[in-house]
Amino acid sequence: MIPAIEIRGLRKSFGSQTVLRGIDLTVPAGTIFALLGPNGAGKTTLIHILSTLVAPDAGFARVAGHDVVSGRDGVKRSISLTGQFAAVDEVLTGEENLRMMGRLSGLTAAEARSRAAELLQRFGLTEAARKRVKTYSGGMRRRLDLAVSLVVRKPILFLDEPTTGMDAASRRTLWDMILGLAEEGVTVFLTTQYLEEADQLADRIAVIAGGTIAAEGTAEELKARIGEDVLELRDEKDKVFREIPTGGSIAEIRQRLDELARTVPAGTRVNLRRPTLDDVFMALTATHKEESAS
Amino acid sequence: MNPSSLTPASGRPVSFAATGAVFIGRSLRHSLRNTEALLMAILLPVMLMLLFTYVFGGALDPTGHYVNYVVPGIILLCAGFGSSSTAVDVATDMTNGIIDRFRTMPIASMNVITGHVAASLARNLLATAIVLGVGLLVGFEPAAGFLEWLGAAGVITLFILTFTWLFAAIGLVAGTPAAASGYGFALLFLPYLSSAFVRTDTMPSWLQRVAENQPITPVIETIRGLLTGTPIGDQAWLAVGWCLLLLVAAITWGSWSFRRKAGRR
Repeated sequence: MIPAIEIRGLRKSFGSQTVLRGIDLTVPAGTIFALLGPNGAGKTTLIHILSTLVAPDAGFARVAGHDVVSGRDGVKRSISLTGQFAAVDEVLTGEENLRMMGRLSGLTAAEARSRAAELLQRFGLTEAARKRVKTYSGGMRRRLDLAVSLVVRKPILFLDEPTTGMDAASRRTLWDMILGLAEEGVTVFLTTQYLEEADQLADRIAVIAGGTIAAEGTAEELKARIGEDVLELRDEKDKVFREIPTGGSIAEIRQRLDELARTVPAGTRVNLRRPTLDDVFMALTATHKEESAS
Repeated sequence: MNPSSLTPASGRPVSFAATGAVFIGRSLRHSLRNTEALLMAILLPVMLMLLFTYVFGGALDPTGHYVNYVVPGIILLCAGFGSSSTAVDVATDMTNGIIDRFRTMPIASMNVITGHVAASLARNLLATAIVLGVGLLVGFEPAAGFLEWLGAAGVITLFILTFTWLFAAIGLVAGTPAAASGYGFALLFLPYLSSAFVRTDTMPSWLQRVAENQPITPVIETIRGLLTGTPIGDQAWLAVGWCLLLLVAAITWGSWSFRRKAGRR
C-alpha cells in the first residue's frame, strides 16, 4: 500500500531565510499525523508545499502517490486543505459557502443543496445556515471551515492549526470530528502548537524545530524521551525558578521532594504539572546537542 | 456530532465554464450585498452628470449644448469609478485564506478573478444605462441610429472590460485592499486629462499632447461621434487598438501575478 504522504530531503528557503532544512517523513494511509512545533518552525510552509501552493527548492514530496510538483493535479484531486485562517467567504451565508464548494467540486445543484443541509446539521450550524458568515463566532467559522473541507470526501485532509484560538468546548468537539474522520479511513495531517492536541489525536507525532524534524514517533515514544510530569519550584514571589522533569511515579516524586526539602530555601512552593511543548523542545534540543557533541 | 454517518459524496471533474459560472454567481452576490458600493457606483456618476450640466456647463459652453458634449465623458468616468472597486474585491480575496482553498482544488482557480470581472461588467453596464437615462432627462439629444447605438454599446463594453481587468491586475499586484484602492486611484485621473470635459485645443500645448495621445481620448471621441454625429476619423481604430492592447497587457500581468503569489499572503 502506498503511503499517503512521503517526504524526502525537502528543503525550502524564502530569500535568505531557510525555512525547511531537509525534511524526511512518511505518513501511512488512514492515520492521523501531527506536526508539532512553535510559531515559525516551518509547519505552514510544509503544508503549503504538500498542498501544491508552494514548490520546494530541493528534495521531493509525494501525496497519494503524486509528486507535488509534476503531479499537481493528481494531488489536488486527493486532498482538502483547511488553512490556518478560516477559508470561508464572509459575504455569503454558511449554506451558500457549502453549496458553492459543492458545485466547484462537481456536485449537481441538487446534490450540493442536500450535502450542504447534511453538513450544516452535523456541524450544529443549521440555525445559522442563512446568516452571513460575517456574523459567525470564531468557533462557528472554524466548524464551517471544516465542513467545507468535507463537501466531497477526499482521502487526505490537511488541517493547519485547526484549534488555535478556540475555547475548550469547541476544541473538544472538533477533536471528536477529526477522530471520526480517521475511523472512516481519511488520512489527517495536522499541525499544532499544543502537545495535548497531538497526544489526544495523533497516531504518530513529528516535532519540528528550526526547519528540521527533531523527533518522530508515537505519543508514548516521545513522552518516554521527555519524561512525565514536571516539578515546578516557585519562590516567595510565586516566580518559577526551577523545573525538574520526573518519571511520574509516586516513589520518584517523593524521593525528589525529600531531597529538595533539604536544599531549597524556606518559603519555596511546589507545583506538579504536565509537560508542555517547551519541555519537549528543551529535552529534544538538549539531546540533539549531546548527540552532536559526542 | 460524529460525522461518521455522513454519506460520502464523490465529486466529478468540473469544466472551465462551470467553474466560471459558479464564480460569476459568487461575485454577483457580493455586488448585490455591498449596497454602499453599488449605490456609489450609480449615484456618483449621476451627481457628476448634474454637476457638469448645471454648474459648470453654462461656463464651459454658454450655448447650453454642453450636455451633448459631456455625456460620453461622464459615461467613461462612471465606468472608471465603477470598475475601480474590482481592485479592492480582488485584493480582499487574495489576502483571505479562501484563495488557498480555491488553489488547492482541481479547478481553474484563476476563474475567481474572471468572476469579479464579469460582475463588474454587469454592474457598470447597469450604471451606464442609468447615466444615459438621466442624460436624456437633462437634455441630451443623441443623433444615433440603431447601428450607431450598437457600436457605442460595443465600445463602452470593451472599455469597461479593459478598465476592469486593469483594476483586477492592480488588485492582484497590491499587497492589501487599502493599497489596491490607492494605486487604482491614479487611473481615475485619466478621464480628466482627456477630451472628456473640454476640447483638447483649449489646453496648454504640452498637456494637449498628453491628452491627445492617451487611450481615453480616442474612446471618448468614438462614443461622441457615434452618439452625436461628430467626426470620428481614425479615432475608432485607435480606441479599439488601445483597449485590446491594454486588455491583453492587464490579463497577462494579472495571470502572472496570480501564479506568482501562490502560498503568499
